[in-house]
Amino acid sequence: MAHGAGGGASRRLIEEICLPRLGNDLLSPLADAALFTIDGIGLAITTDAFVVRPLRFPGGSIGALAVHGTVNDLAVSGACPVVLSAAFVVEDGLPIATLADELDAMAAAARTSRVRIGACDTKVVERGAADGLYVITTGVGRQVAVPALDATRIRPGDNIVISGSVADHGIAVLLAREELHINAAVRSDSASVWPLAQALLASLGTDLRCMRDPTRGGVATTLNEFALSAGLRIEVSEAAVPVHDSTRGACELLGLDPLYVANEGCLVAVVAPGSTAAALDVLRSVAGGPGRAGGSEAALIGEVTSGADGRVIGLTTFGGRRIIDLLEGDPLPRIC
Amino acid sequence: MGMGELRHVDEYRRQSGAAQLRLRLADICDPARTYRVMEICGGHTHTIYRHGLSDHLPDNVRFVHGPGCPVCVLPKGRIDDAMALALDEDVTLCAYGDVLRVPGSEGSMLDARARGADIRMVYSPLDALRLAREHPELEVVFLAIGFETTAPATAATVLDAERDAISNFSVICNHVLVVPPMQALLNSPDVAIDGLIGPGHVSAIIGCTPYLPLVEQFGLPLVVAGFEPLDLLAALVMVVEQLNDARHEVENQYSRVVPWEPNPVARALFDDVFAIRETFEWRGLGPIPRSGFRISDRLADFDAERRYGVVGRVVPDPRACRCGDVLRGAIEPTDCRIFGTACTPEHPVGSCMVSSEGACAAYFQFGRGLAGQP
Repeated sequence: MAHGAGGGASRRLIEEICLPRLGNDLLSPLADAALFTIDGIGLAITTDAFVVRPLRFPGGSIGALAVHGTVNDLAVSGACPVVLSAAFVVEDGLPIATLADELDAMAAAARTSRVRIGACDTKVVERGAADGLYVITTGVGRQVAVPALDATRIRPGDNIVISGSVADHGIAVLLAREELHINAAVRSDSASVWPLAQALLASLGTDLRCMRDPTRGGVATTLNEFALSAGLRIEVSEAAVPVHDSTRGACELLGLDPLYVANEGCLVAVVAPGSTAAALDVLRSVAGGPGRAGGSEAALIGEVTSGADGRVIGLTTFGGRRIIDLLEGDPLPRIC
Repeated sequence: MGMGELRHVDEYRRQSGAAQLRLRLADICDPARTYRVMEICGGHTHTIYRHGLSDHLPDNVRFVHGPGCPVCVLPKGRIDDAMALALDEDVTLCAYGDVLRVPGSEGSMLDARARGADIRMVYSPLDALRLAREHPELEVVFLAIGFETTAPATAATVLDAERDAISNFSVICNHVLVVPPMQALLNSPDVAIDGLIGPGHVSAIIGCTPYLPLVEQFGLPLVVAGFEPLDLLAALVMVVEQLNDARHEVENQYSRVVPWEPNPVARALFDDVFAIRETFEWRGLGPIPRSGFRISDRLADFDAERRYGVVGRVVPDPRACRCGDVLRGAIEPTDCRIFGTACTPEHPVGSCMVSSEGACAAYFQFGRGLAGQP
């Protein structure tokens, strides 16, 4: 299970098993989307499998997630999402109404994300084999960022900004499993971050180094990926990372660190220091709506320093320091 | 903040409170001596490193980590015993998350699960009982572990099982008591400490009175502390003040949760459901008499060890592993040769690296002793 968690084990699976066999110049950067050109037109492609359990949870469902997740991978790669394909693996016995509900959710998400679903496939597998429903989406977008966003563009002194609160999605899904009997008003943040990404791309130009959507493994994993790619050190101020009260309460109760919990409507960006104020203004001016993430809670959470060890250091609320390492193991299986 | 609006998390982590306590500590610490304070409880170790508390202590104040991690002190043989139930007896084994990753002789319970054993994570023994209730076709065994803190929940669950005649449920009991290892430790010649920070949540069950004989016998101050950073700093101040005054008393910093007297409901549950084992093997401390619970004879039907004829494997620790010395506070995690190299959270050799309350895991997770440490 640890190999699917998005942390150290996942990374090793990809680097040691997948890349040697499939690797090429498009895949090997291991970015959220692959950037390529056809006849001089810059495009991006990404794919994702969605196995979340339960299928429905406060603030979202597998169908909506399948659209938002793929749209977001394109968005943070600097590409305007254009078209998606969707494949469904349906477990024998899944009520038709449940499938219909998820298709409605996908259609609504596609509308608010302004993408079209151009291709579909459906397979049915025997009972016990797909936990109800698995959805796989592939997305294609048109590159907008020039030059391309790239973590190797990160420089010492750059700042890290985040578009909103963290950990809502992972906690909402965990609580929806009803194994814990905890009541909390936590809703998944599942939404398209393209409006936020687009705003940053339009305002910051080359001062926007790169972006990522912190899904499995949370903000901590994303920051580690930035630090490793850039070969620099990142310092993050824990008090500055926005977390909703009820989400923080649930994390405390369950012994989970919000920095490692998945998000599905959040964006982390590395920006030049001179453009930090502009980045925050621009994010905060983006109003959220159904299926579209807003930036009213955007915050500056850290900075890139000149340390060359690729580590992420957390400044605790107590003025102490700790290393925020890549996750090992799987604290929250099947949350996306 | 309005009246009556107590934000339990934020209130005890406030920077300003910490600054005041740190100033007080710096003020009262006598530069002519050292203060070695053992925090018994793994939860305290975790808090110290999670919040970087040791970063700002005076140089002559040192925390020493004690054996208060019930997962860490569990010998490998007991892990093997539990795994054998799932692998050989076709039992559905339920355990807390931490225990699942502790390496036994042949991998951890998570590895066994990947090999097909039915092993499930639960957050409470009641979850395991519910599973048994809802699935009469399963033979459910709950791996009970923890100090007196979690023992009442196990006991209450066993009584529920008895009341409702749930015959497909039993418990493999690894509950341990906190005072006997403290005694063993304080008797140990290579452990040199000046004061103790008493476990918070165990004391919510057993109260503060059980520590009185220890404090008398060894002449050490003991302050029961909560788990928030401010709690620990406040307790540390109280220990230092006692040492400066040459007092050795039991004090209760965690009074919002911990009573002075033992909890009578818990005591009654223990007397009914558990019996004290003649001896119990502790990783690193060896056998300690009357330091663990087993299921009482009256409730033998719910004792998995009797039901399945559990052999009681004794497995020596790997030679390179120094968990025992870490648990006794004799060495720091970084003194162990395999810390961070052969032994990491990803492939732990000893249990101190696996459990979130283990000193080695806390050190590693929050970066002490690694190249490039902050």
